[in-house]
Amino acid sequence: MADPMRIRAQASGDKATVRVLMSHEMESGQRKDAAGKIVPAWFIQEVTASHNGKVVMTAEWGPAVSKNPYLQFNVKGAKAGDKVSIKWVDNRGDTRTDEATIS
Amino acid sequence: MFFHFCEVRMRQALISLALAMALGAVPALAEKTASQGIDEYRAMLQDGNPAELFEAKGEDLWKQKRGPKNASLEACDLGQGPGIIKGVFVSLPKFFADTGKVQDLESRLLTCMQTLQGFDAQAIAKTNFGRGEMANVTALATWIAAESKGMKFNLSQSHAQERVMYEVGKRLFYMRGGTHDFSCASCHGEEGKRIRLQDLPMLTKNPGDGVGFAAWPAYRVSNGQMWGMQQRLNDCYRQQRFPYPGFASDATVALGVYLGVNAQGAASIAPAIKR
Repeated sequence: MADPMRIRAQASGDKATVRVLMSHEMESGQRKDAAGKIVPAWFIQEVTASHNGKVVMTAEWGPAVSKNPYLQFNVKGAKAGDKVSIKWVDNRGDTRTDEATIS
Repeated sequence: MFFHFCEVRMRQALISLALAMALGAVPALAEKTASQGIDEYRAMLQDGNPAELFEAKGEDLWKQKRGPKNASLEACDLGQGPGIIKGVFVSLPKFFADTGKVQDLESRLLTCMQTLQGFDAQAIAKTNFGRGEMANVTALATWIAAESKGMKFNLSQSHAQERVMYEVGKRLFYMRGGTHDFSCASCHGEEGKRIRLQDLPMLTKNPGDGVGFAAWPAYRVSNGQMWGMQQRLNDCYRQQRFPYPGFASDATVALGVYLGVNAQGAASIAPAIKR
């Protein structure tokens, strides 16, 4: 199973800033290995962010996103103590969900 | 023929367009130097340093029961007593009585993985960087270094072996060889040197907070790899066209002592983020 994400979420004013680091190879499918064979594409395809269980953002990602990607976004109306959860699904169907409490 | 003519005209038009764009860009470029631009890029990266992912992995590895002996590393003595993590990074390399050797963080981790967990330290040292248990050593080093973030380097030079290692490291630093007749000092022996756009710190004296020895382990954005000091030195030798030094070898530890003692009082920013 994939390694956990690092999620930091901090409220300020009427919004919260969420910073997410994901652990993923994000293989583009353009590279070749030492034997000259193409390394198969393997990347996060879909990212979903939820605030207290309600989906607030979905994103479609592709092979151009870097390895171990970093994502930052704001959630309007989020307060300290609220839960933010992030889910990703990659092109192999692997998935990972992590949750953090807004501070 | 007509097509060919057209193509030439097109190309000329493109060249003059490119020239106009290049000329137009000159005033904007003059406002900041290339290295300032890189500094801005680094500042942007700072917020999402993926080294944190390796820190989390390293912390988990430290506490997990693993290896043939199914033990954790929590009893590992990194120089300040068994299990003590905070502050050890800025005091290494140092002399260890149990092994009778001066060891840096990564070579000491190998010792603990062998004695406590039953791993074969020599086999790990021969593993390629980023593979198998070698990747775990890097993750452990990343977490342990992070626990001393902001602390100042203060290496011991009280043991005779530590002073010998400093002298050996200094000689290695100035030793010229290889097809290009390079030494570490060729690039790191005076101010203002760089490789392409990378400024190279002068390491024969204290380079200041968070530079050189005080910046590694570091995450390299360009290849998405986490590098410890051992890999940093390994790659310096590759760039000098030397044979690769052995992982955790006396030579690399001696260089670590030389760089670490020179960095006396400099604050550690490890794990840093590099281009």
